[in-house]
This record gives sequence, C-alpha cells and structure tokens, in this order.
Amino acid sequence: MEQNLTGTNNNLLEIRSLVKHYPVTSGILIQHVVGLVKAVDNISFFIRRGETLGLVGESGCGKTTTGRCILHLEHPTSGEVLFEGKNLSEMTNEELRTLRPRLQVIFQDPYSSLNPRMTIGQIIGEPPSVHKMINGKEEYREKISELLSVVGLNPNMVDRYPHELSGGQRQRVGVARALSMQPSFIVCDEPVSALDVSIQAQIINLLEDLQERYGLTYLFIAHDLSVVRHISNRIIVMYLGKIAEIADRKELYENPLHPYTQALMSAVPIPDPAVEAKRKPIILHGEVPSPLNPPFGCVFHPRCTIAVDECKKEIPELREISHDHQVACIRV
Amino acid sequence: MGTLLEIKDLKTHFFTLDGIVKAVDGISYDVQEGETMAVVGESGCGKSVSALSIMGLIPVPPGRIVNGQILFNGVDLTKLDRERMRQIRGQDIAMIFQEPMTSLNPVLTIGLQLTETLEVHQQMDKESIQERAVEVLSLVGISDPERRLSQYPHQFSGGMRQRVMIAISLMCNPKLILADEPTTALDVTIQAQILELLKELSQRLGVAVIIITHNLGVVARYADRVNVMYAGKVVEQGSSLDIYHYPRHPYTLGLLRSVPRLDQPRKEKLDPIDGQPPDLVNLPSGCSFAPRCKFVIDKCDREIPALLPVDENHLSACWVADKLGN
Repeated sequence: MEQNLTGTNNNLLEIRSLVKHYPVTSGILIQHVVGLVKAVDNISFFIRRGETLGLVGESGCGKTTTGRCILHLEHPTSGEVLFEGKNLSEMTNEELRTLRPRLQVIFQDPYSSLNPRMTIGQIIGEPPSVHKMINGKEEYREKISELLSVVGLNPNMVDRYPHELSGGQRQRVGVARALSMQPSFIVCDEPVSALDVSIQAQIINLLEDLQERYGLTYLFIAHDLSVVRHISNRIIVMYLGKIAEIADRKELYENPLHPYTQALMSAVPIPDPAVEAKRKPIILHGEVPSPLNPPFGCVFHPRCTIAVDECKKEIPELREISHDHQVACIRV
Repeated sequence: MGTLLEIKDLKTHFFTLDGIVKAVDGISYDVQEGETMAVVGESGCGKSVSALSIMGLIPVPPGRIVNGQILFNGVDLTKLDRERMRQIRGQDIAMIFQEPMTSLNPVLTIGLQLTETLEVHQQMDKESIQERAVEVLSLVGISDPERRLSQYPHQFSGGMRQRVMIAISLMCNPKLILADEPTTALDVTIQAQILELLKELSQRLGVAVIIITHNLGVVARYADRVNVMYAGKVVEQGSSLDIYHYPRHPYTLGLLRSVPRLDQPRKEKLDPIDGQPPDLVNLPSGCSFAPRCKFVIDKCDREIPALLPVDENHLSACWVADKLGN
C-alpha cells in the first residue's frame, strides 16, 4: 500500500471557533425552538500531520460531536473545519467526494458498526468499490487479503459474517475498513472501550503500528485517560462543549493546570495499590450539568474548588501558558 | 474479625443446546467481616455468575449450582429453600448491579423502591420506614432526600441512580454487599465519587463488599484482597499488594503488563496477551489458559492445575508458579 505523501503545511487539520448547537423544539402543529443543546461551544485547535491528538472528556463534553464535525458528518452551526487549508463547508459535493477517502473513522461498538448481513470481505471491500478504487475481481481479492493480514486477521476470514467473530476481531475489521481507503487521517471514536482489557492492548498496538507504517494522523477520542495518555502526543481536555486544557501528554500529566483536568487525573485509579495508598483523590462534587443549560461564565465553576465571583461572569479564554500548553481558566 | 462468607468448590453450569457452559467451575474463597474483596477478570470469566450464585439468582433452568457450598455465617445458602433465601437476599446480603437504569423500576418512585425492601423484610411501622429511607438517602449523599423520595428514576442522573441503588442495598443493614461492576457505566469523576462512598460506608458500617470488576485500577484503589478469575476458575488469590507486586500466575502477569498506566511514561509498546478467551463450552483439556500462555510446559495441556499456596496467604493455579516467583 502506498504511503500518503505529506504536504508542505504541518497542520493537517485546523478547527476554528467551531460551534455545534442542536435546537430542542416543542409544539405539535407549529414547532418552535425552546432550547439549545450546546454540544460544542466555540472551540479552536489544530492537528499536526502524523501526530495522535487525544480528545478526552466525560459524557456530554462534546468530543464525539467534534469528531463528527471534523468528518463532516455534521454541519457546524458556525466556525470552520479546514483540511489541508480548505474549508470543508465550502467544498462542492464533487470536492468532498474526492476528499472523503482521506478522512476515515473507526467506531466504538464493534457489534453495531458492522453490517450483520455482509461478509467481512464485503464490509472491507465496499468503500473502495464505491469509490472505484479497485479494478476487477483479482485486485479486489488481493486487496482484501492484504488488508486482513495487515490488521492481524487470517485472510480466510473473508467469507465469515460478523457474528462469527469476537469483539476484538470485529474491531480489527473496522480498522481494515478504515484503511481500505488509504486515508491520511482517522478519527478513532472510543475504539477500545467496548473491548476486554487484554484485547484493548492488542488493538492499541495495532493502531500504533499502522500509524508508523502508513504515516497516519489520528484524532483519538476516549474517556479512558490511561489509554489516551499512552497513545497520544498531545491531549485536549473538554468539558461541557468547551476546551479546558491542551498540552502534550507528559506536560498534562506532570503539570495539569485546569482544576477539572486535575480532578480528572486524580479520579483515574492506577493499577498499583502501593501508589494508590499514597494518593488522595480530588473528589468533585455534584453532577455534570446538562449541555441544554450550561452554567454562565466558566462552565466548570459550579464544581470548581477555586472558583471566584469572576468565574461566574466571564467565559475564560484559552490562553497559552507555556510552550504548547493552553488553559482556559482565569485563576491560572 | 470473623469469616462472613465461605465459598467451597462452587460449580455453576448452564445446560444449553450447544453444550454445557461451565460458567463457574470450582471456585473457593472466603470473605472476612468488613473487608473489601475484589473478583477480577474479563468478560466470560464467571465473576458475575459467581455473584448471582451467592444471591441465589441463577435462572433454573438452564443454570444450576451443581457442586459446592456457599457458607454465610455458617449457613449453606445452596441448601436453603426459596423462602429462607428470600429472607437473606436483600436483608443480610444485598447486590448492586452495573446498569442503574435497568436495575431500577422505571414506573415506581424511588421512595417505593427503597421502602419495599424494609416492608418485605422487617415489621416496622410506615413512619419508621419513611424515616429510614430519608436517613439512608442522606447517607449516600443525596441532598434534599424528603423531596426526592417521590421522584422517578428518570429524574436522576446515572451517578445519582447508582447512589439510590446503594441506598436500597443499605436499607436493611446488610453484612455483605455484592457490587457487580458498579461504576463501569459511569463517568470517571462520578466513578470516583461512588467508589469513595462505598469505601467510606464499608468502613463506617462494617459492611463487607465483594467488588466485581475488570478494572485493575479500581481494584488497586479499593480492594484488600483479590481473586483473579479466568474461564470459570480462580487462578490467583492474595492480598492486593501480592497480586500487583508479586503476581504468580501468567494470566495475572499478562493483565498487568497489558494495561496502560497513567503514571508511567509511554512504553514502546503495550505487552498484550495473545489470542482470545476460550469458548466455555469447549474448554481445552488441562489448564484453560495454556493456549495463550508464555510459560506453558507439557504438563499444562494434560492436567488442570490446582489452586495451591505459593506464599503466605497467596495462592496460584499454575504448574510453573515457582518460576514466576523469580
């Protein structure tokens, strides 16, 4: 498989002031908007070519919606998604169609993301066939075989159906399907959360190997901080539609600045009782508010231990504190 | 501190058209009063079935406890009739399930679900029962408890619902709580809240907890002792420190090596366990872990290793456990 040639600009993707609101409507005959779910509320960041950018946050933080906007599966309410400098929303259908093979996705649930009525071969072969990337049956067979081997599956599984495979095997099929388009960029949306611990490690290693081999860029969306820290170069922490902090993985762990990041880190238990005995977890009070009704000012202030009056009024800007380390908190 | 629960050679099998699923195939362990015991393993290892066996909640048919004893305060639960088991279940032994939304009745108020437990088990007047319900809701950190008694599960968030489940389990002052993946469905920061709560309650009220999970971090933070299960058997048993620092079973070792740790810089690669968990209907002869084991010898394919001591209060079911000790 050929490698994707790199361009001149180092940023593969740029997200500028991205907003995605979902209106909540009411009314039987005439629908009127009674509320807005502010899933993603004005975020900006970039993804460098060849890196793995981790995106973490808890339910309702907007990470999945962000991934979907990047893939152009959702149209942003406002803001821009630039792929290699070109705004996805301004592309013609023709341009988008040419671009789509390069932006792929691996989904979370290996049980529902594969069509149960298609064979493995058909599932993997469908995307390149649709995009007319394969000529003839011979090439088709070869390509599928190759892809199966690359993801660590036996090529003779080509005629099996998803239900005959385990969760880990199905996820490998998902990876093969994403690779079949020779992408530059893959959104991995919780690709290992549904898998057993020992299988997670297999898939994580596979993703890393493939990145090296094909020069891939990943957006790795997950709630498991330990996994994200392992695989990512840089990490974005989101909370209720906003970015709380961006830093490289070492810096984020050693020097988390945002109170939410600190609480999140502290909440993750480490598989070592001796280490755990010395830690004092920061326990956040209360629940995560609904994105239908986010708090005024800093969205985190109701649960924050160092919040002051200002925090209720101002939405903190994402500021660069040190090299490649940005925080959205006025108290830092 | 005495022995509260003693499980001896428990076997729970499911008789299906495809064959006999040996979900739990000869496990033994004990739980002391007030301690937190973890049962760790991946899907299909039998940890949930073992909990359901203790509670007498195995559907018969197709399941059945085919062997063993479950001694609770000296009484063998497997020999009790349904009426006696009903008295113990919910009162002396309570259970918290993984999915709080499906475990709570969506059409009954929280109040009703709380008071139901007491009404069934103890003779108390309505007022006292209500008081107890309010008391227990406060205990689990739900503010404004009187008002919340008349609310329905859908009006609570996931974390709150799990607190309600814990509250229900505490209503009758149980001696033992079985928590089956109690926080897997919850966000990380909420998970931390719930587990801290469970730990605090366990210490304050002297309630023993068996926590069933696949999360090695949770076990390290909360458990005193650990049982590692694989394919229906306990493969290693010991204190939390022993299991994590001196693992003596290849599966335990494999698990520990394959898990990314937040506090360690990125290793070159994770060290996964090759292959997949076995089909419980078609278990290999000999040790069930042999096909995936890096330390396998001939004997492993022929004879199932017994769970034997490798150190003080530390057992392992492995023919080469000694080799791992070095």
